[in-house]
Amino acid sequence: MVNRTWEGYLRPDGRKGIRNHILVIYTVECASFVAQEIGKGEADVHVIGFPGCYDNDYAIRLMLALGTHPNVGGVVCVGLGCEYTQPQRLAEVVRQSGRPAEAFFIQEQGGTRSSVALGKQLVGQLRARMRAAEVRVPMGWADLTIGAECGGSDGTSGLAGNPVVGRAYDLLVDRGGTAIFEEVVEMIGLRELMLARAATAQAAQELGATYDKMLAYCKAVRQYSVAPGNFAGGLTTIEEKSMGAFAKSGSRPIQGVVRVSQRPPHAGLWLLDSVPDAHFMQFGYTNPNDTEGIMDLIAAGAQIVLFITGRGSVIGSAVAPLIKVTGNQQTYRRMQDDMDFNAGRVLSGERTLDEAAEELLNLVADVAAGQMSKPELLGHREFFLMYKHQDAPPLEAGCRV
Amino acid sequence: MSTGPTAFQVHAADNVATLLDHADAGTALRIIGAAQEKEITAQEAIALGHKIAVAPIAEGAEVTKFGVVIGIATRAIAPGVWVHLHNCRSQLDERSGSFDLHTGAPGDNAHG
Repeated sequence: MVNRTWEGYLRPDGRKGIRNHILVIYTVECASFVAQEIGKGEADVHVIGFPGCYDNDYAIRLMLALGTHPNVGGVVCVGLGCEYTQPQRLAEVVRQSGRPAEAFFIQEQGGTRSSVALGKQLVGQLRARMRAAEVRVPMGWADLTIGAECGGSDGTSGLAGNPVVGRAYDLLVDRGGTAIFEEVVEMIGLRELMLARAATAQAAQELGATYDKMLAYCKAVRQYSVAPGNFAGGLTTIEEKSMGAFAKSGSRPIQGVVRVSQRPPHAGLWLLDSVPDAHFMQFGYTNPNDTEGIMDLIAAGAQIVLFITGRGSVIGSAVAPLIKVTGNQQTYRRMQDDMDFNAGRVLSGERTLDEAAEELLNLVADVAAGQMSKPELLGHREFFLMYKHQDAPPLEAGCRV
Repeated sequence: MSTGPTAFQVHAADNVATLLDHADAGTALRIIGAAQEKEITAQEAIALGHKIAVAPIAEGAEVTKFGVVIGIATRAIAPGVWVHLHNCRSQLDERSGSFDLHTGAPGDNAHG
């Protein structure tokens, strides 16, 4: 069980994916209907995009990070023809990664019907090119990057769901893999605990600065990352929710902080900072919903994301499979079609924390090997992207540390 | 040992425990985890995932879970009492205290 290998997809840029998706990317809300129609009935096509007409560098970097994600083999970009974000330029950057990519403007095609037809034709061509160039390679733990996000948290999340994921993170990191956690806004009051986990002095400095920015942000927008469902589920304050959320980071040293669309420079445990930077417009909420955080984790290179939900959530994800973990046995029974893993068994004594973590990691390997996660089986492929200001990380990670 | 409802105390310094089952008023709850096996009678109905006081907490005193302060008691809380939005507030979140005790729904925005 400790040594698991499976067949992955080798991309021209050397990255290894566990899925072979085609992305359709719309560059403004006005093009989103056409993009969704292109994706209809195409099992391997996932649709993402940005709704704004005015461009946003954070959003462009995220779409490019997903367009060159290891689980993605080709891209079709669809624009209306008025917007700032340029589909041709996006396709160009994707092509530089060695992946085939096409782009067009709807206004130049004549309308909805002809654009959908062209999009479907391009998808067919990309699929053929990807098949002709397909290279399968063995993958193992060291080739895997996993993200973790929680949503719909309740009183069991901090006791079972998140600790089981944290222990699985420890095991993955010990086996040479990469683990990313985020939700910095759910680390309220934990500055010293975080710094004590820093792998290096540099990491400690990054973690401290990230914490301080987060607190200034929360105070400025006067909104903390806690919602009605959390309260109904027994969580009383953001401080209480924070300690439970932090448990999913496990216990290993934190190597440093990556920003959105930046990949960890090396293996180990990393914190992802998705909080907006101070900016004259101060716009955008951080983590306005769970899907945004999940997209940030996938943009950092996560091929699979573990989603921990006490109360139960029915989301999935574009680009990378979501594995749904609950620490609430009632939720697991009530939503069995949607839940992949019952972490509540550590509370009833049916499993130890170590047993549950090993079992969870084994499920991760099964999904990496091609087994569909519950959200994938149900056809889920949620995506969300909004305006945010974050100082630019380099497009290619690794040169920052 | 009884098979009745249990609550989990994460840290020895905690003054609350989290219910692993629903408990009706008057039910004897077994506190497990960091606590030396003890029993506390629920003074009111408390739902799974919610907190019960395992020690007296004075008004203005810290409420502690996971060994960290998770809020401040807004009134005196006796052992066995449900600890939630009506008697515990965040030290940071200005909206804390405006939420419906049972549903968590906000009462401070434009839809009232």
